[in-house]
Amino acid sequence: MKKILVPVKMVLDANARPRVRADETGIDLSGMRMSINPFCEIAVEEALRLKEAGQAEEVVIVSIGPAKAQDTLRQALAMGADRALLIQTDETVEPLAVAKLLHAVVMDEPPDLVILGKQAIDDDCNQTGQMLAALLGWPQATFASAIRAEEGRLLVTREIDAGLQTLSLPLPAIVTTDLRLNEPRHCALPNIMKARKKPLTIRMPADYGVDVRRRLKVLAVRPPSGRKPGIKVATASELVGDLRAAGLV
Amino acid sequence: MTCDVVIVGAGPAGLAAAIRLKQRAPELQVIVVEKGAETGAHILSGVVMDPVGLDGLLPAWRDEDDRPLRLEVSEDRLAFLTRDHAFSLPDMLFPARMSNKGCFVGSLGAVTRYLAARAEGLGVEIYTGFPATEILYDDTGRVDGIATGDMGIGKDGQPTAAFTPGMELRARYTVFAEGARGSLSRQVIARYGLDRESGFQKYGTGIKEVWEVVPGKCHPGLIRHSVGWPLDRHTGGGSFVYHGADNLVTVGFVVHLDYANPTLSPFDEFQRFKTHPSMRGLLAGARRVAYGARALTEGGWQAVPRVAFPGGALIGCAAGFMNVARIKGSHNAILSGMQAADAIAAASDTIAPRSYESGWRTSPIGRDLYPVRNVKPLWSRFGLAGLALGGLDIWTHALAGVSVFGTLRHRRPDHASLLPLADITPMAYPKPDGVLTFDRLSSVYLSGANHGENQPCHLRLADPTLPIRENLPRYGEPARLYCPAGVYEVAVAKDGTPSFVINAQNCVHCKTCDIKDPAQNITWTPPEGGGGPNCANM
Ligand SMILES: Cc1cc2nc3c(=O)[nH]c(=O)nc-3n(C[C@H](O)[C@H](O)[C@H](O)COP(=O)(O)OP(=O)(O)OC[C@H]3O[C@@H](n4cnc5c(N)ncnc54)[C@H](O)[C@@H]3O)c2cc1C
Ligand code: SF4
Repeated sequence: MKKILVPVKMVLDANARPRVRADETGIDLSGMRMSINPFCEIAVEEALRLKEAGQAEEVVIVSIGPAKAQDTLRQALAMGADRALLIQTDETVEPLAVAKLLHAVVMDEPPDLVILGKQAIDDDCNQTGQMLAALLGWPQATFASAIRAEEGRLLVTREIDAGLQTLSLPLPAIVTTDLRLNEPRHCALPNIMKARKKPLTIRMPADYGVDVRRRLKVLAVRPPSGRKPGIKVATASELVGDLRAAGLV
Repeated sequence: MTCDVVIVGAGPAGLAAAIRLKQRAPELQVIVVEKGAETGAHILSGVVMDPVGLDGLLPAWRDEDDRPLRLEVSEDRLAFLTRDHAFSLPDMLFPARMSNKGCFVGSLGAVTRYLAARAEGLGVEIYTGFPATEILYDDTGRVDGIATGDMGIGKDGQPTAAFTPGMELRARYTVFAEGARGSLSRQVIARYGLDRESGFQKYGTGIKEVWEVVPGKCHPGLIRHSVGWPLDRHTGGGSFVYHGADNLVTVGFVVHLDYANPTLSPFDEFQRFKTHPSMRGLLAGARRVAYGARALTEGGWQAVPRVAFPGGALIGCAAGFMNVARIKGSHNAILSGMQAADAIAAASDTIAPRSYESGWRTSPIGRDLYPVRNVKPLWSRFGLAGLALGGLDIWTHALAGVSVFGTLRHRRPDHASLLPLADITPMAYPKPDGVLTFDRLSSVYLSGANHGENQPCHLRLADPTLPIRENLPRYGEPARLYCPAGVYEVAVAKDGTPSFVINAQNCVHCKTCDIKDPAQNITWTPPEGGGGPNCANM
């Protein structure tokens, strides 16, 4: 492979404790810690491992998001990627628009493989990879837990209900990552310093002729209602009695 | 790698020093390392900020679109609490220098993010998620820089597959801006005997929550402090309640760490405070949205060690520039960062930034700390009556420029103030109701604290058997109670054998254990980079 493209998304960090805005329009992100989406980080790691194993020559990262997403791109560069592209917008970009933008990027610099996270942990859509495969008409393997490149084809193992399934795909192809694919590396300080000098290009959605306006209307965002405290029962029969009374058995 | 100046800690002090250095000498390479995953992640403060520091550092800040402070204090109240009542104390008890007029209510985390953006704009390199874990010295014994911690070391101390070595950052000057009880600052103070004349530092632990209150109950700019209940007369401390924007109210409590009763729990005192009649109305229907804790320095003027040493300086709360009477330190953090930077930029050698050492006592920092220097010792000696004496002392200072007490020394370090169980009445705290009061675990959850599972415990015990052997029988192991994050537990096996458990992943980096353990057996060390709390706007 000559080139692997890895799209990454900046999301609210998994350890941040978000606060839903009182007017129910969304989450208050001001001052919140943002990070690379964990599944995207796994995708970067996998691309780098393929490159380090001599299976690919270049790893290019692309992100669609606000100016701050440059931090996310710099992190991917510090992990070892070669260059990065930010398509800058403050809109909340829905999966279809993301897929269209990525489609345009793929046309610009055709990669042999696109590795994406299976979903972003903020909206949990799990759609972008599939939509991109459809737009490109490329083969896809989702929820990858192992990837091997062999004689111009890609062997992708997926965890499914019945066990492990291995697909063989011709290239170019789309792969989305699952949690168990790999454990991403730490970024060493010298690499972070070096990453500051790696090329990072910024473009706008309009440069690709893609309309990123939202098509879905969010009616309200509410925090989950607090869990009701449980009760302790002394005996099994008491438990069965309570379950009956609640109409559960 | 070698640079001109390396700064440990991206708090207000460290960032102010970085900005000032670049303002003075743009050609210098200035590197800041910060243990939090990003700037502000480990910053916890009130905050009611005296803008004197920002005004000096970035004189145009008030006109900027992204200025971090927008809300001026509009009303300032102080109350003495009994269990059922709040008696407000009139303003005139306090001289003008104590007033909060012209100060801003805000978030120190937001201030540091703003300062970080300015610093980066000037070419400062800030690396977050990288704790400095070791001080490097050269052959002459001068501090020559720091090393960041290794990553990917397993629980057993052996490198894992993810091992990534730390990095040595050598510098002409090394500036420690770690805040209260800095882990490297302690070492450098000990190495050069910087505290030979000043003696030990004094501390308090501050615990803070942010509440989103019902619209109409928040009065942006209103600040309220209290002393008295739930603390007894002999225990120093008090509450702070700051009304911010967007219906967000900061509710916090400080307990001085020279308390004597080993069964006292600062966390539970704070929880109890919120049930006071004067608080219930404000918090009715409100939702708690954030939690955190952090130690603060309280020793003041007489406890500041020498602040310059061969190859560097201590700034901010690492040096102890906190004004305990005003519960403010962030302005002096900025001012001290600027002074150290000025001294470094002007220095022709790499010895000690001497003009900083000789200058701070006659600067605005000294003028801020000197008049209130007896408040803390009087409070420690005489409890609330001492606080009143302290107030009087500030007045005589304001009027006559002298103190009848001279400069009182601090009598004992905080770890030496506990009485054995035999000599005290155990405290009894009500169970949390889950509405107004909470337990430690649900609180830690809100702090966003997180540490990678597979790493060595960052809370080091010099003698692992001491907690059960000495602390448990003598004091009931106070770590269980002073730690605001429930890190320490005494587990009892079926056969009744107690064991000491450390849940290090819950640690919110407040440093209380490092200060208060009666045998000084616990040492807080920086965990793997990025671990710790995730404060957004604390
Ligand atoms: C509860 C509470 C309320 C307060 N209220 C007020 C108030 O209303 N007004 C006011 O002016 N002041 C207040 N203060 C005091 C104020 O917060 C401090 O004076 C101020 O934060 C000190 O700034 P600093 O930069 O010295 O240290 P800090 O703000 O503590 O910053 C130190 C930074 O260094 C980092 N660090 C530490 N060690 C290392 C290491 N080894 N390697 C890398 N990074 C490291 C930390 O993560 C942190 O980001 C309050 C303090 C507390 C605890
Ligand atoms: S372990 Fe120590 S530093 Fe950590 S939260 Fe508890 S008292 Fe604070």
